[in-house]
Amino acid sequence: MASPKVCVLRAPGTNCDEETAFAFDACGASSDRVHLFRLLENPGLLSDYQILCIPGGFSYGDDVGAGVVFGSQLRSQVSDAILEFLKADKLCLGICNGFQVLLRSGILPGGAAGFEQAGQAERDVTLTWNENGMYTDLWVNLKVASSNNVFLKGIDQIEIPLAHAEGRVIVKNAATLDAFKSSGQIALQYADAQGNAPFDQILSYPQNPNGSIANIAGLGDPTGRVLGLMPHPERFIHATQHPQWTRRNLRGDGAGLKMFQNAVEYFSA
Amino acid sequence: MNLWEIQIHPVDRTAPQADREGARVTAEAHLRGLETVVPVSSARSYLIEGDLSREDVERVAVPFLVDSVIEIGNVQQIPESAENETLPGQLLNVLFKPGVTDNVGETALKGLQSLGVSVSRVATCRKYWVNASASSDEVERFASRVLSNDAIEHVLSGPLQIKSLTLGTEYEFELRHTSIRNLSDAELMTLSKEGQLYLQLAEMQTIRKFFVDLGREPTDIELETLAQTWSEHCSHKTLAGRIAYRDENGERRFENMLKETVFAATQTLRKQWGDEDWCVSVFKDNAGVVTFDDEYDVCFKVETHNHPSALEPYGGANTGLGGVIRDPLGTGMGAKPVCNTDVFCFAPPETPYDSLPPGTLHPRTVMRGVVSGVRDYGNRMGIPTVNGAVYFDDRYLGNPLVYCGNVAMIPRGKSEKQVHPGDYIVAVGGRTGRDGIHGATFSSAELTEESESLSGGAVQIGNAITEKMVMDVLLEARDRNLYNAVTDCGAGGFSSAVGEMGEESGAEVWLDKAPLKYSGLSYTEIWISEAQERMVLSVGPHQWEEFHALCASEGVEATIIGKYTDTERLVLKYGDVEVGNLPMSLLHDGRPPVVREATFQPKASPVASSNGAVVSPQEALLKILASHNVASKEWIIRQYDHEVQAGSVIKPLVGIANDGPSDAAVIRPRLTSKRGLVISCGMNPHFGDHDPYWMAASAIDEAMRNCVAVGADPQKIAILDNFCWGNTERAETLGSLVRAALACHDVAIAFGTPFISGKDSLNNEFRYQDGSGNDQLISIPPSLLISALGQVDDIESCVTMDLKSSGNLLYQIGQTHAEFGGSHYNLVTKRQGGEVPRVDLEQAPKTFALVHQAITAGTIRSCHDISEGGLAAAVAEMAFAGGLGVDVSLAAFGKMDETAVLFSESNTRFVVEVELEQEAEFLSIVPHATKLGQVVESSQMNVKNMDGNDLISVSLSELKAAWQRPFM
Repeated sequence: MASPKVCVLRAPGTNCDEETAFAFDACGASSDRVHLFRLLENPGLLSDYQILCIPGGFSYGDDVGAGVVFGSQLRSQVSDAILEFLKADKLCLGICNGFQVLLRSGILPGGAAGFEQAGQAERDVTLTWNENGMYTDLWVNLKVASSNNVFLKGIDQIEIPLAHAEGRVIVKNAATLDAFKSSGQIALQYADAQGNAPFDQILSYPQNPNGSIANIAGLGDPTGRVLGLMPHPERFIHATQHPQWTRRNLRGDGAGLKMFQNAVEYFSA
Repeated sequence: MNLWEIQIHPVDRTAPQADREGARVTAEAHLRGLETVVPVSSARSYLIEGDLSREDVERVAVPFLVDSVIEIGNVQQIPESAENETLPGQLLNVLFKPGVTDNVGETALKGLQSLGVSVSRVATCRKYWVNASASSDEVERFASRVLSNDAIEHVLSGPLQIKSLTLGTEYEFELRHTSIRNLSDAELMTLSKEGQLYLQLAEMQTIRKFFVDLGREPTDIELETLAQTWSEHCSHKTLAGRIAYRDENGERRFENMLKETVFAATQTLRKQWGDEDWCVSVFKDNAGVVTFDDEYDVCFKVETHNHPSALEPYGGANTGLGGVIRDPLGTGMGAKPVCNTDVFCFAPPETPYDSLPPGTLHPRTVMRGVVSGVRDYGNRMGIPTVNGAVYFDDRYLGNPLVYCGNVAMIPRGKSEKQVHPGDYIVAVGGRTGRDGIHGATFSSAELTEESESLSGGAVQIGNAITEKMVMDVLLEARDRNLYNAVTDCGAGGFSSAVGEMGEESGAEVWLDKAPLKYSGLSYTEIWISEAQERMVLSVGPHQWEEFHALCASEGVEATIIGKYTDTERLVLKYGDVEVGNLPMSLLHDGRPPVVREATFQPKASPVASSNGAVVSPQEALLKILASHNVASKEWIIRQYDHEVQAGSVIKPLVGIANDGPSDAAVIRPRLTSKRGLVISCGMNPHFGDHDPYWMAASAIDEAMRNCVAVGADPQKIAILDNFCWGNTERAETLGSLVRAALACHDVAIAFGTPFISGKDSLNNEFRYQDGSGNDQLISIPPSLLISALGQVDDIESCVTMDLKSSGNLLYQIGQTHAEFGGSHYNLVTKRQGGEVPRVDLEQAPKTFALVHQAITAGTIRSCHDISEGGLAAAVAEMAFAGGLGVDVSLAAFGKMDETAVLFSESNTRFVVEVELEQEAEFLSIVPHATKLGQVVESSQMNVKNMDGNDLISVSLSELKAAWQRPFM
């Protein structure tokens, strides 16, 4: 099959679109950096793509909350096209600000099923200010906590960097967390150096830099075809991006590339 | 029209960090002894004005603006009644002053409009409830010192009584003239000062003569145009002027001091290199440009934003970085930013609150604001901030320094631009408001305790997203050849940008066409406003349609505000009326030469004082690591996104726990290539108190060795100068600057390291009256920042400073001399004097070449430059960064004084780690390296003297804790 087409959707203030497109293309995909305004003008163009990726950045400055305006525009102006996309056998990835957008728009946590109902039900999960109150850039060790997410196939642990101010996952109540667990939606967790990531104890900074509940770093939808994560896999596609490559003598590809490979391979199966 | 407020409170105020802002200001109140105001609670709110009902607000605005998982939104109509108060205590509302950029309010407005509600304005407000029984005096101090900054905000107590958010007034056009022809010299100077022109007498006389000859009075806009163009900030008239300089070697007269020192070195080098010249565009555009690879060149610029940061640290630093990013964007046909740098100079954070002179902010307030300002602009732009430094000295109290830099890539052949007569003058990006009026002329004045009220307009808040949007369309338009020239709108606003672009040809400007943030601006205000995020382009009529469509497609405003002509005149119109008409030659060549005296008197005998405290080497080392300049800046670095764009190779923090201090940053600006850029800096204000010549030489050496230590090729390092000095009208202040510039010339030539751009900021002084009514003046120390831009062929050959494996050997490269002048050893032991570190101009470049050869040959596992704190500090940092112990013996230094070996700050030295198997090859390259000892599998740093006695024996955790504690 031909290489999948990726829509890397950028809004005013998106700033990780180039390296995200680069990562997809390095794995054989064919990406376009599409401005949100083009999608708002012509929602139908989304159907040309197999993968929708909302990259990192500060969409609309995150001025009224991270991802709020971008998410609200997707919700209020292109919801039909989004729903059609989510229902099809396609993939959707949100990185950092993209994860925030997926949550604000209602694409996460429920995927297609949840998106259809969102707006009627109370929201039950959010991303808010890091516990330390600061924008924070550092590397974390992640544990893959779900076996069904397409992007995470074959990955057990992975080191990648994060850089955000509003990345702390908070849920409305314990039932929400239980539901995520039972449907395999907790995709990635911040872990200690040995790869341990408890559900019931929040690891301390810097292992879990933002204080997320259950150490959640990424959430998927129940089908495993949608993933939102705070850390940036596109920032570890070369070994030399690792903070300790000179100590560990790392060369070649970075481990983050695997997530993009998984997405591309999904369409060649 | 209705005015609504949505107050946003945490769902659960008792949850941890639920009211972080309340906790922050409570802590600040305690620090300042304002005990009656605590406890303080806070909330944020949106004020929404428009044709909308309570139901509209609750149905649309609340879900949009409130995160219902953790927040609740209370809606009330304004003016609010006292009964509606949400929390107990006295209510204080902090709002932006009218006209100050409110990014959050603007975004909320656009977001609400796109959701279909009829909203005309949105403003944000911070609300605080202080203890009901607080004393009114303390509330007043708390409101003005902790909660708000008077330069941009005002505080309203009690329930909000405002009726409308409407801004702006009707503007009635009236052409204004200023009588100047009959003024006496004294009256001219009064006009210069009171009109905030800040011109000197000779300049005012020249202007008077011009209009006497012309037979009319100038209009206000003409006078403002001249003042801005001739300002120190825009014309650098002092350093590029005539100077009669005297020092111990005699007298030297300069026609143009910078040209004959700093620029001249670059010219000499370029001539020497001939066909191998790798400079592309130097000292003529907004940034300097050098070659990078076959397809791209690279440019670099560092600017300062000191006075605005003194008054409003967040906005000053924010727009400082925003401004310097526009420099590469406006260089040649536009360059793409790939990383930022930032260097700050502050007074010590522990300065007692009650010792602050009137009109100054506390250094902690300044520091927090400046760091946040840089963080929020750089992170939002998606440009990694990869390198920086912070220096502390009492003399930065009223006048902190904020240097921001930007590195950008430009396709080869795009570094030149040409305005064509007939092209449109096009303004792109942000709208014009009253912000930043007189910024250019204001920066030429010294700060006083009244500066805040006098020049509040000079303070602005940036909008990084606007600039990011401009950047996106500009680079696309460049690649589609949709304009002929571009420059940034910085100090002086349109006046400066259009004046510079039209210098060769001429320009006619239609001021009424400029898009405004709000009505009521006069034609002069439009012309000199320094509103942020604007670029000025020269767009041909045939290019305009496509250019305009491209901008519109991404929501960027582009407006024709005039045209370039071939008249060699600057013509300013408002509607049909000509409000200004000046020859370009008067603006750019008409300024009378400034002639200044400069003297330098070398200090007599720099004998080291021995009356300092007796301090053991170990104690001195711990104190040096804990000194502000040396201590870890991780709390700043981690707030900056240093990895966006995915080019990160060597990060600012390295080592086994990712927390050791890297010498320089390395980035890979093109992800498809292994060629890298190296960014570093050097600065030694303490050396300047001894001899500015060696301070400058040391700063260059430090910037170079930082670059070389990670793998940069010393044959191809470009540097920038940023001179921040006190008032250069004093001959000895100017003399110390000239002395530094002479060193720049000599060292650049000796190292083969060209200056490619630079900037100066003079008059960095603060004048105030002390408690007894006496005039006091604080002048900053001579502060020359050298920023270096190096290159590596293959990023995979780079090295970091953290020790790698036990069993490896440690060597020092470079000679140690007993040089303690301005050293950190002196600082922590309270000693004075000693020789200031010098640079061996003949040996240093050879040493750099050898280090580079040894790195390229793969013989070096880690490398760290020796700077503040000398050898001892360098080894300690390498050890705790690598989490490996060291056994060092000073035997190889023979009879040299142990203190000098450990703590002298002699230049051009490195510590390197070499594998046993590589030792022979390493020594064949660097035969004169001095063996220090080896890396061991322990958690201890041990240093023995030549007799085998312990000088230092300390655990790595103690060293690291000392280094990390000050800024945790």
